[in-house]
Amino acid sequence: MKGSMLIDGQRVDFNGEKHILEVIRKAGIDLPTFCYHSELSIYGACRMCMVEDKWGGIMASCSTVPKDGMEIYTNTQKLKKHRKMILELILANHDRDCTVCEKTGRCILQELAIRFGIKKVRFDKDEKELPVDNSSVSIVRNPNKCILCGDCVRMCNEVQGVGALDFAYRGAKMQVTTAFNRPISNVNCVNCGQCRTVCPTGALVIKRDIDNAWEVLNDKNKFVIAQIAPAVRVAIGEEFGLEPGSVTMGKIVAALRRMGFNQVYDTSMAADLTVMEESREFAGCLQKGERLPLFTSCCPAWFKYAEQKFPELMEQVSTCLSPQQMFGAVIKEHFKTDREAEGRETVVISIMPCTAKKYEAARPENRNSGTRDVDMVITTQELAMMIKENGIMFNELEEEAVDMPFGLSSGAGVLFGASGGVAEAVLRHLCSDKTIGSLKNLAFAGTRGMEGVKEAEIELDGRKVTIAVVHGLKNAEALVKMIKAGEKQYDFVEVMACPGGCIGGAGQPVPQSAHIKKQRTKGIYNADSGSTIKRSEENPTIIALYEGILKDKHELLHRHELNKES
Amino acid sequence: MLDKSKYPEVDGILAGYAYNRSALIAMLQEIQSAYNYLPEEVLEHISTEIDIPLSKIFSVATFYENFSLEPKGKYIIKICDGTACHVKKSIPILDTIKKELGLNSSKHTTDDFLFTLETVSCLGACGLAPVILVNGKVYAKMTPESALAVIKEIKENESK
Ligand code: SF4
Ligand code: SF4
Ligand code: FES
Repeated sequence: MKGSMLIDGQRVDFNGEKHILEVIRKAGIDLPTFCYHSELSIYGACRMCMVEDKWGGIMASCSTVPKDGMEIYTNTQKLKKHRKMILELILANHDRDCTVCEKTGRCILQELAIRFGIKKVRFDKDEKELPVDNSSVSIVRNPNKCILCGDCVRMCNEVQGVGALDFAYRGAKMQVTTAFNRPISNVNCVNCGQCRTVCPTGALVIKRDIDNAWEVLNDKNKFVIAQIAPAVRVAIGEEFGLEPGSVTMGKIVAALRRMGFNQVYDTSMAADLTVMEESREFAGCLQKGERLPLFTSCCPAWFKYAEQKFPELMEQVSTCLSPQQMFGAVIKEHFKTDREAEGRETVVISIMPCTAKKYEAARPENRNSGTRDVDMVITTQELAMMIKENGIMFNELEEEAVDMPFGLSSGAGVLFGASGGVAEAVLRHLCSDKTIGSLKNLAFAGTRGMEGVKEAEIELDGRKVTIAVVHGLKNAEALVKMIKAGEKQYDFVEVMACPGGCIGGAGQPVPQSAHIKKQRTKGIYNADSGSTIKRSEENPTIIALYEGILKDKHELLHRHELNKES
Repeated sequence: MLDKSKYPEVDGILAGYAYNRSALIAMLQEIQSAYNYLPEEVLEHISTEIDIPLSKIFSVATFYENFSLEPKGKYIIKICDGTACHVKKSIPILDTIKKELGLNSSKHTTDDFLFTLETVSCLGACGLAPVILVNGKVYAKMTPESALAVIKEIKENESK
């Protein structure tokens, strides 16, 4: 619908906006909300977004359709009084330990309480304390801080198609919880953490590994190695006021060195290894015409989802370990003798945009070296907190280069950070045409972009190869169902659980709007353009590894339970 | 995969609704009448069969008063505490039954699963107040003593 309306006396045109909240925000007014997220359905429960019409009627702007000639007010005395009352009522049932809350400074409830000048809560807290769920390695759920906005429920159901969380009980006893209040590590939660990216309060937060990290960094008997995932470099700057998508790899390296890391590497190097292995696997499948479509395996949330929901599909999921785990396995193998001689222990800490990577690193099969191949995972947001804790002025840091020999990586490896990147990187490797023109063709083949499901068709050695790229597990579920029903046919399917791919991971700074994700994606492609090595096979480190420790140890890079179990 | 033949009765109920998930509430009602409550394993089975998250089923099952996730006794005693019954002293009856059966505000079912005690907020039979209902049978104008007699009779019949 098209038309114009009066907002606080100012004429504003609208054209296709679904509700007046969007129109109001377009007019430059930051109306408060708890339960509105553009990527989720409208819930209309928190009532923070209410506005008044010219007759004194009050309505929730997030669930009111704009009409031509409407006249609304966003900040009348009446509205302010109501908003304050709602905030006070929410606070009455809320843990008010702000100073020690993980979410402090980023909490919407805290922000609005400050903004509306709530200085005193007139109501007593009468609810019983509910137990905090610490069972997951990825997220912590504290129901005492939940304001029942339902954002996490809708994220988990509508975007991820998992449904680990829902409302339970009713009235004053209502809670957001798992089935039968089971520990979240015991239900179908895939550790994607997307719920935490929309939770306005400290009810859902990233499981903190910061203190464990400081401990090993300060232990002289430990040799601590960092690997930095592609998506981290285009997002961490947001925590320090930089534009989303600014590529800050050099500063991250500098910061990590100051924090005490002994060596700093780039996970993109291991992504190059993944490209080599997965391409080989895919080429084999194509040749034999079996296990098609081949699904990618580098997203641990997708991997767990597939295990739970489509166990019959697992044999078509690539046996390649994810870049994170390949890195861990290779590094531990490489440094084994050196460190044994020194009597020091190698500790691998990865810096990831992802909460599910914490889970992946903890999976029992990821222990080639006897101990965990990746000892600890720190998310982008945790790293930013550590940098701030140590008083490092991130923006002032001189850029530094990663260490050798594992520092070199190709642009293809960096592409893993964005949805479509794995597919594109594999195609770069498999395409026999190694010209710049071919790179450009691949970039426009259809794997890039923000649509939930993308399709591409490529000629490889005279054979037409069809590819699907999907992000968001709900989209993945729909696609898999179509494939199983025979409605769609592909040779290769890339799946990332998080909308936008890893750049939209739940370990990244929040909020993550569609606009921010686009900019981060642009950052990934800029980093690729800026790299001198474009294809994984051209990376000298990879070549050296295949001639060295990987010569007769390819199995280090693959999961094995497949052969054993099926 | 769950073994289907494990719950043939449940599968029959689901088939009756053509495995259509929008009939969840009706399915749960039938399951509750078959089992007297909603057993956890059965709900898990439904979750996979009709492809609804278990958390959603838990959500529905905890929302409606009528659904019970705990096994109930063979005899369900409903005691009315609506306004009329309350005024006509339903609480002393409630207390007496609780004491007799060893129940309290968090324990509603006897250990031998013979009795479950519930309060309801009006049975629509105010003229008969105070009223209790045992497995659907109405007992009118009760006193603590007559309530005890009803329980005693059931117990005697059961031990025969
Ligand atoms: S981590 Fe992901 S799967 Fe788990 S509850 Fe949150 S949104 Fe759902
Ligand atoms: S856990 Fe957070 S997102 Fe979920 S309902 Fe509670 S406050 Fe809202
Ligand atoms: S944002 Fe409109 S009711 Fe919550």
